[in-house]
Amino acid sequence: MGRLPKWADVALIPLINLALALIVSGLVVLYIGENPIEAVAIMVNGAIGSTYGWGYTLYYATNFIFTGLAVAVAFHARLFNIGGEGQAGLGGLGVALVCLFIPWPHWTLALPAAILAGALFGAALAAVPAWLQAKRGSHIVITTIMFNFIASALLVYLLVNVLKKPGQMSPETARFPEGARLPSAHDMASWVGLDFSKSAPLNITFFIAILACVAVWFLIWRTRLGYQIRAFGHSEPAAVYAGINPVKITMVTMLISGALAGLMGINSVMGEAERLVIDSVQGAGFVGIAVALMGRSHPAGVFLAALLFGMLYQGGGELEFEKPAVSREMILVIQGLVILFTGALDNMVRMPLEGLFLRLRGGAR
Amino acid sequence: MQAEQAEASGRPVPAIELRGISKAFGPVQANRDISLTVMPGTIHGIIGENGAGKSTLMSILYGFYRADAGEIFIRGRKTEIHSSLDAIRAGIGMVFQHFKLVPNFTVLENVILGAEDGPLLRPSLAKARGLLRQLAEEYELQVDPDALVEELSVGHQQRVEILKALYREADILILDEPTGVLTPAEADHLFRILKGLKEQGKTIILITHKLREIMAITDTVSVMRRGEMVATVQTAETTPEQLAELMVGRKVLLRVEKTPARPGEVVLEVENLRVTDEDGVERLKGITFELRAGEILGIAGVAGNGQSELLEVLGGITKGEGEVRLAGVPLALSGKGADGQSRRAFGIAHVPEDRQKLGLIMDFFAWENMIFGYHHDPAYQKNALMMDNTAIRRDAEEKMHRYDVRPPNAALQAKAFSGGNQQKIVLAREMSRKPALLLVGQPTRGVDIGAIEFIHQQIIALRDQGAAILLVSVELDEIMSLSDRIAVMFDGRIMGERLPGETDERELGLLMAGVAGEAA
Amino acid sequence: MDFTTVILVLDSALRLATPLLFACLAGLFSERSGIFDIGLEGKMLASAFFSASVAAFTGSVWLGLLAGMGASIFLALIHGVASITFRGNQLISGVAINFLASGVTVIVGQSWFSLGGRTPQLEGAARFQEITLPFAEALRGVPVIGPIYADLISGHSILVYAGFAAVALSWWVLYRTRFGLRLRAVGENPEAVDTAGISVIGLRYTATIICGALCGLAGTYLATGLAAGFVREMSAGRGFIALAALIFAKWRPGYALLACLLFGLLEAMGNRFQNIDVLGINVPTQFMQALPYILTVVILAGFVGRAIPPRAGGEPYVKER
Repeated sequence: MGRLPKWADVALIPLINLALALIVSGLVVLYIGENPIEAVAIMVNGAIGSTYGWGYTLYYATNFIFTGLAVAVAFHARLFNIGGEGQAGLGGLGVALVCLFIPWPHWTLALPAAILAGALFGAALAAVPAWLQAKRGSHIVITTIMFNFIASALLVYLLVNVLKKPGQMSPETARFPEGARLPSAHDMASWVGLDFSKSAPLNITFFIAILACVAVWFLIWRTRLGYQIRAFGHSEPAAVYAGINPVKITMVTMLISGALAGLMGINSVMGEAERLVIDSVQGAGFVGIAVALMGRSHPAGVFLAALLFGMLYQGGGELEFEKPAVSREMILVIQGLVILFTGALDNMVRMPLEGLFLRLRGGAR
Repeated sequence: MQAEQAEASGRPVPAIELRGISKAFGPVQANRDISLTVMPGTIHGIIGENGAGKSTLMSILYGFYRADAGEIFIRGRKTEIHSSLDAIRAGIGMVFQHFKLVPNFTVLENVILGAEDGPLLRPSLAKARGLLRQLAEEYELQVDPDALVEELSVGHQQRVEILKALYREADILILDEPTGVLTPAEADHLFRILKGLKEQGKTIILITHKLREIMAITDTVSVMRRGEMVATVQTAETTPEQLAELMVGRKVLLRVEKTPARPGEVVLEVENLRVTDEDGVERLKGITFELRAGEILGIAGVAGNGQSELLEVLGGITKGEGEVRLAGVPLALSGKGADGQSRRAFGIAHVPEDRQKLGLIMDFFAWENMIFGYHHDPAYQKNALMMDNTAIRRDAEEKMHRYDVRPPNAALQAKAFSGGNQQKIVLAREMSRKPALLLVGQPTRGVDIGAIEFIHQQIIALRDQGAAILLVSVELDEIMSLSDRIAVMFDGRIMGERLPGETDERELGLLMAGVAGEAA
Repeated sequence: MDFTTVILVLDSALRLATPLLFACLAGLFSERSGIFDIGLEGKMLASAFFSASVAAFTGSVWLGLLAGMGASIFLALIHGVASITFRGNQLISGVAINFLASGVTVIVGQSWFSLGGRTPQLEGAARFQEITLPFAEALRGVPVIGPIYADLISGHSILVYAGFAAVALSWWVLYRTRFGLRLRAVGENPEAVDTAGISVIGLRYTATIICGALCGLAGTYLATGLAAGFVREMSAGRGFIALAALIFAKWRPGYALLACLLFGLLEAMGNRFQNIDVLGINVPTQFMQALPYILTVVILAGFVGRAIPPRAGGEPYVKER
């Protein structure tokens, strides 16, 4: 008995929310004395106006797909995993360890191992909050926040005291050896005789991200596990009645969620930096929240929202370059507004719209 | 003005007069053009089935909802009631079915909440303490003012609610299904309190669906049916049969057609079963009984005496101690094997008491709900990874036809069906697998009359096919008409067993109140 | 560690505990009314920025305080509109507010001062100055008690003392006034409040505004008391530590004081000593930084006393159908 047609729920409301977020952002730009229309033009052009722009846009989007899927999967079990930041960071550590300490002959061998390590490390960090939620009822939002800080302290400690390349000032590891280097978009384009910007960080991980979208869709809507996750998310008492084990579902869902976040390390650590640096995640874990909210926790939606945020990040960088008055932090404002309007103020748009549709239908009768 | 006229003419002014009240929730018309007159100093009953609109009407009177149309007159004066505050100011107090108390506050704090005398608490608390003592003596409303509400019995919590209203100097008191959670003894005590209040000149509106209460205590009774007020009569001038007919709109079928049971082998043996809840309170205090194939054992009792816990521990939802055997095989009551999946593997099906909270996922489609709990069944799997959604849909549609679910459309969400049809979905899922044991709780709660008959017939049909059936219901009529044997529960124990032909409501009522019966 | 060092560390702990204390009490009022608030961090950051900016423009720290509280209350009202009026998800709203504050402070700061997101250095009346309590100098010579009074208790800015006063005041308001009774009730069972004829919405908005005001004090103290101006991301996770302290304190003002002092002490020790030897084991500074979070997780896990949040927390109030 949905009061809204499906298309309105899936497309119209997110678009209105997005538009509201952008309008308010535009007002901020206006306030600091710049022209918002011009700013949008610069951003769009910077994001998709060249293969270089696309290379960055899709690189960012790849990060956000992983962290967005992580949040989305947990949402289906009504778990709010706010720890994507820490889980992605630890995933990066796993990827770095595999790349640094095993002499890989070729990337085709290194990649599966790195995927495994990234997923494992990300899942490991999610495991403790998951266990505490499942067994002790500790609120997962609070524990995952705490674990972000704990993970960050751990990574700093390891980079400063253990993993830092000897004789180097900045706390980062040595560059990964040649055998652990992933093909970039430039490499892949040249295999099929195309030209793609050499300096853009887009790499093969993008395709892994797309595969992850398909896999998550399959998991949630086609498997028994997905059925149980959704049932648990809708009603825990009902799930217990049906013999679905809440501890197991909470654990498994959070492990999958953490693993997806951890996979981001493939893109940022192995694909782009080719070393582990301090704060390799750079807030992508939190962007995942916005992406999952906008994408209505559906993999297709997550993909589109990640693309949008990829454009924002790349376009925002270009904007700061062209208009130094509009600093990169503008992205944070937009991001905050998108989360606010799509996540917290959803009813502000939904309630009047429901009334409108009710009246339209009444009129048709 | 109207008040003055009435006074001048010597007629008493009605305490409450409602004119043309209507209220809709979306497409559902909960109240339709309702008019009602309640005279002061009387106990006025409002009776009707679940969903007849009684609670909605009273919530409007108490300012919880706002009517779409209509007028309210209090003591002859037209009164706008937009919030609970307006109602309190008009001298109306309400005791809700689900108490509105703050559990970790003391009685005193709950009583003064919202009726404090000033910005500081100390003087308000002192004043309330004195007044509470007076009220307690006057109306038999004793309750420890410093006790935490969460530590009080249900009956005492209800007294706190009444005290709250009296503290606010209400002279019109509305009680919504006040006896649903009380033992007969507690209910009697409540009625004494109400009579005392009436003698002091207070006006009382009693909402209930129990004819016995109406006959016992009210002066006047109004009957509601499907959102409409169908009659108002003097209690002394009517009979329960007449009221029942007014309530449902046609002759009620009180007895279900059935042949005598032919019990077979013992299916379920329960020995000294105990359940302790999360707060460490023992809910089941050593339950022992047997249940045979082809018979229905009805568990009667006031809600909250351990019946729910019994169903849940047998259904694998909660843990327990003791011994339970199904066809001679022990069931795990805690640890591994004490879950719904294992129970289903034993052939135990469970129609839970609360279908919306437990039995269905309201946002899932009917076809998804039709496999709920049986989602591991190989028939529903396409391969090791995927579920076979086509097969599941086909199976669901077939079952929906067989169990007369309307509309028989498996692609609708569960929340799109009426209460009766939701229940039929659950029954179809649980009964169509020919379980060895069926646990069924409140099978017809919130279900319309037509569906009740169908559901009762299905339960009897399953019995005749040789299933053992454990029926829990708070409706004594339902227990009496369906059961082959009746066990009465009180305070986590079975008080006694009776055969339906050899007992009556009076005897069962005594057992339900915890009064041990004559030797069986 | 000699006596002077102990006094120094404790002195620093008091200062560092003060912003935590304000933010923790802020969270307490909000969560006791049933509104979860993980946006303490953002409100603190916004108030730090606006207080420092206005103090820099006007040279008056008191105007700065007003601006800081105003900014924080504004964000609190956004949270209120989202979670009370539109019944949105309170956690998501909190996340959004944190981002908004992170972004806006830098962008507006850059536009106003062109100092890369900083404000100018604050001096004189644009900062909260240290107050010397009476007889501090006279008593300094007395052994033990002298240094404790003169160096530890005396010599803080007024906001430090205000922080302690706020604890007592919060306790009094919560447990001795009509408003406190209603506030605690609405966080436990809003229906009880509604049927008693009190506005759930009004109470929750009031709590939200108090939360904003207290966060404003926290942020203002950061930028104009503890430091001498705003730097980007200067709240540095303190809002989350305050949240941790709130859980640690089981939503009670008295325990909140203890929890904030403990976490302040941990930070002070981490600042003072890069590495600490505990029984021959070298404890890295990162561990000290993570310790408040680890302790909170342990408390949350319920191994050491269970933390039970207000029952209606996080749930938007909808009258039952």
